Amino acid sequence: MTFDWEVVEDFMPRFLDGVLVTLQALALGTLIAFALGLVWAMAQRAPQRWVRWPVTAVTEFIRNTPLLVQLFFLFYVVPQWGPSMSPLTTGIVGLGLHYSTYTAEVYRAGIDGVPVGQWEAAKALSLSRGRTWSSVILPQAIRRVVPALGNYVVAMLKDSPMIAVIGALDMLGEARQFSNETFTTEAITIVGVAFIVIAYPASLLIRVLERRLVNNT
Amino acid sequence: MMSWEFFREWFLPGIWITIQVLVYSAVLSAVVAFVIGTLRTSRFWIVRFLAGAYFEIFRGMSALIFMFWMAFAVPLMLGWQFVPLWSGTLALGLTYGAYGSEIVRGALAAVPAAQREAGIALSFTRWQRLRRIELPQAFPEMVPPFNNLLIELLKGTSLVSVIAVADMTFAGNLLRLAKNESAPIYTLLLVLYFILAFILTRLMRMLERRAKAGVGRAPEKRNGLLSRKLSPSGESMQASTQGAGGLG
Repeated sequence: MTFDWEVVEDFMPRFLDGVLVTLQALALGTLIAFALGLVWAMAQRAPQRWVRWPVTAVTEFIRNTPLLVQLFFLFYVVPQWGPSMSPLTTGIVGLGLHYSTYTAEVYRAGIDGVPVGQWEAAKALSLSRGRTWSSVILPQAIRRVVPALGNYVVAMLKDSPMIAVIGALDMLGEARQFSNETFTTEAITIVGVAFIVIAYPASLLIRVLERRLVNNT
Repeated sequence: MMSWEFFREWFLPGIWITIQVLVYSAVLSAVVAFVIGTLRTSRFWIVRFLAGAYFEIFRGMSALIFMFWMAFAVPLMLGWQFVPLWSGTLALGLTYGAYGSEIVRGALAAVPAAQREAGIALSFTRWQRLRRIELPQAFPEMVPPFNNLLIELLKGTSLVSVIAVADMTFAGNLLRLAKNESAPIYTLLLVLYFILAFILTRLMRMLERRAKAGVGRAPEKRNGLLSRKLSPSGESMQASTQGAGGLG
């Protein structure tokens, strides 16, 4: 077993490119997941059954099927009907969509945690439905779900290499290409270690955040 | 279009492989989860530290990268040749076992301290306490999060397709190349995974009910029932954060 540092040196510039792409996918995917998850969670509380029911069905379906197959679906099937997207864009949409169904559950738990009295108070003040959500419910709900949302960002980071399978050049994509060109194994090892190095401090950060928020409520 | 012939020839063997990968890696990850989870409650700091390091390393790693590494880098480095099915199963089992160890550790920590002390008072050994007092009480607490983890594992099995294990996803990809159409294939694939997840959820719920019935007979009956009654929404919150903790 040998580990050739010269190979690592050759791989470095492309590794850094890959890191940038991974971070880009993570940041945009997180944005989509957080925003869309909130939409799902609120739609699941809509008074109309025709809104609630399909949204629940769609989110359940997305949550219970593999992200990898969803990425294939987005990449190979969707362009037949609509716009064709680059691998990276497909990956971002896929990650965001998949994780929005998880964040929806988190938001839902947070919304359920807001005392009923708060809803009643808003009603007593005859606040509109939009105002009730934006000024009363969401500010209280979102605060307590921040740590759980943070956990999903770390989870998304670890699932992000899947976008390499549809051809995006993230950390794993670069490593795979490099390994195929040079017949070496160092690149994949480096990327694996890099994930631990990034994910460990991130999860520590979330634990600190969790403790802070719990102490403050 | 897809015909029954194609389904029988391509997808059925794929489904069978997916189920095999699921069963093997579920068994492996359960073993890893119990071993690492109980070691993380050990008296000796070095054992706790090593088990904790295992957890952090696998929790921080991407399962896909680990799978590539097991399938391509390890054989090259060591000069061994793994069967792809086994590298895939090993990678999944070791990764999801780490997530599971957190469930086991959490459930053990939730067993009232007096129970442990009672065991010590009876001069039970550590192993006797674990086997006869702590694990039986912790077990019902572990079942719901483990069910979530199993669904995650089912979805995770699709990853083995990238290292050329001929599972469902792999069959779908081959078919796309062969037939040059993708919409019916990937739709079918998603539906198949959903059906498998649905069946699995049902099976596990049955098991869960049995585990809960077991709690009813145990001496801490009042305690268990009370905590469930007090927080119906708290339970769902816990379930969702548990899942996140396992994943994240």
